[in-house]
Amino acid sequence: MVLTIGHGNKHSEKMNNEKLKTSLPKLSLGPIFYYWSRDDVLRFYKSISESPVDIVYLGETVCSKRRVMRLDDWLEVADMLQQAGKQVVLSTLTLLEANSEFSSLRTICNNNRYMVEANDIAAVQIMSGKKPFVTGPAVNIYNSGTLSMLSRVGLRRWTLPVELSKETLTHLHQNRPENVETEVFVFGRLPLAYSARCFTARAHNLPKDRCQFICMDYPDGIILRTREDESFLVFNGIQTQSSKTQNLITDIQDFINLEIDVLRISPQFNGTEKIIDIFYNCLHGNITECDAEIKLQKYIQYGKCDGYWRGSAGMDNTSITREQGQAL
Amino acid sequence: MELVCPAGNLPSLKAAVDNGANAVYMGFKDDTNARHFAGLNFNDKRALQGIQYAHDRGTRLFVAINTFPQPSGWPRWQDAVDHAGDLGVDALILADIGVMDYARKRWPDLRLHLSVQASATSAEAINFYHQNFGIQRVVLPRVLSIKQVKQVAQQSPVPVEVFGFGSLCVMVEGRCLLSSYVTGRSPNTFGACSPANAVSWKETPDGLETRLNNILIDCHSEGESAGYPTLCKGRFNVNGHTYYAIEEPTSLNTLELLPELQSVGVAAIKIEGRQRSPAYVAQVTKVWREAIDACHKRPDNYQPQPDWLAVLEKMSEGTQTTLGAYHRPWQ
Repeated sequence: MVLTIGHGNKHSEKMNNEKLKTSLPKLSLGPIFYYWSRDDVLRFYKSISESPVDIVYLGETVCSKRRVMRLDDWLEVADMLQQAGKQVVLSTLTLLEANSEFSSLRTICNNNRYMVEANDIAAVQIMSGKKPFVTGPAVNIYNSGTLSMLSRVGLRRWTLPVELSKETLTHLHQNRPENVETEVFVFGRLPLAYSARCFTARAHNLPKDRCQFICMDYPDGIILRTREDESFLVFNGIQTQSSKTQNLITDIQDFINLEIDVLRISPQFNGTEKIIDIFYNCLHGNITECDAEIKLQKYIQYGKCDGYWRGSAGMDNTSITREQGQAL
Repeated sequence: MELVCPAGNLPSLKAAVDNGANAVYMGFKDDTNARHFAGLNFNDKRALQGIQYAHDRGTRLFVAINTFPQPSGWPRWQDAVDHAGDLGVDALILADIGVMDYARKRWPDLRLHLSVQASATSAEAINFYHQNFGIQRVVLPRVLSIKQVKQVAQQSPVPVEVFGFGSLCVMVEGRCLLSSYVTGRSPNTFGACSPANAVSWKETPDGLETRLNNILIDCHSEGESAGYPTLCKGRFNVNGHTYYAIEEPTSLNTLELLPELQSVGVAAIKIEGRQRSPAYVAQVTKVWREAIDACHKRPDNYQPQPDWLAVLEKMSEGTQTTLGAYHRPWQ
């Protein structure tokens, strides 16, 4: 699949100079996990249209009750982004239960304008053999057998499940089927679990069906701490995330060497555009990985992690020593 | 409705068979199954003894190979499938697409069930596994309500099996990475949640602390019973309140829903607990056998007997039971 590299005006000159570097990974922006107001969402994507991100995933992936953005609204945003040169992918719900959820899933999957990101096998089934699709990190692709089977029914790009390591990625990517691209979640709080229960409503003693859309009060989710006040997880409705931000900026060169196709940044309420710029500049050799890591610290609220990528506990931060070394 | 019971070892398998299970499910002694605990599961010799014992008494034997292999471990999953095929088991319970693809090609006549770890919550998802791999039964995730179970059962191309009793996951199975986030090992990758090697207990002036890879999961003051520190069942602080932020340490018990499960077309009831003792398996199997028989005979007059409930309460984690997501007081 050939994807156009899109870019905003302020970066176009630089991009022209970069044309030779065609094997550089593209940058993608994952779906917004949280419930933001309509104005905030529209403002956000207006500014994303001017950022150097290549691919944008749009849509609600966590809770079907969040309806300030209807499908038509998302499609308007999609058109605007496409006109700005972005490749747009429509994302779908991760945990599907109610009939109404399946009917909107089918509408999104059957749209004939944009690629769709499946986050559940139901979406894969709807598109299977009919149209090419992308899988998000919640679709369990852990081995080459799974990857090649899904490619036979239309998979064109897959995202590494977040608990898998560089070792596993390397093997899967190097043995991937023809015409399948690989994407890695490189920056953001990690999506770790999904439940039928809404933990945000529970934290407010509200029943799920009368949740008062309380998650709109938490544009980056609610922080959960241990009893000794250590930040630990984040509740975002039915989704549970890491409180730490996974940041793989110091592995940019490895991604380039491995010829990974796409690097995914996950939106957060503040600083996403800056984070994209830092990744872009690091990817294009304008700043070093080390400088980029220092610049990114400002946008990481509860500490950094990269353990999954290195084959250890996801919450581990293997570069603590290096940061401390710099401080000294 | 069939009764499908757990066996972590040969004595448990015998207990399940002797007390009326229609089928018993087990796993091999490695990370190919989602109860990969020390001292548990079946080596070659025990597996052979187990299948003979079960088949001699007309009980079927299922083997769970329901974790997600990565390239470095792939041969183990392949061996597990071949081993089960050679043994002549009655069904494989699988979660991973790659493993299913292999099993279907290598053992075209072997019956495949879709594990709860595959987290198929809809007929669409079940269709995918049915059309591509010919799965013949699906175990539904424990997140569905009774109404949703009914919907899926009506639309599913294959019979559905649901959990009736045992430990409860509040997160969707197969998509919960909390354990590997904290310890590096998850049900998907390693076959265990909150694995024992990461657990520590410490007496402090404030009480008994339970930790998982040094993260404080809970602190129990004197008189409070301290359960195993499964990380979603700890007490944490949210917005200044300390409580069971994710889930109270309760167990699932759907004994009172049996007629409803039967009427919505559920084909089998599964009992959780391969990690539990042979005594647990014996008692729980016995109660559920009696209950299912009573429900079959007279579904309209079915009432859970007090002595059944008493036995199950005693066997439950946290000694409290709930109807799980089937009935949703929190909805």
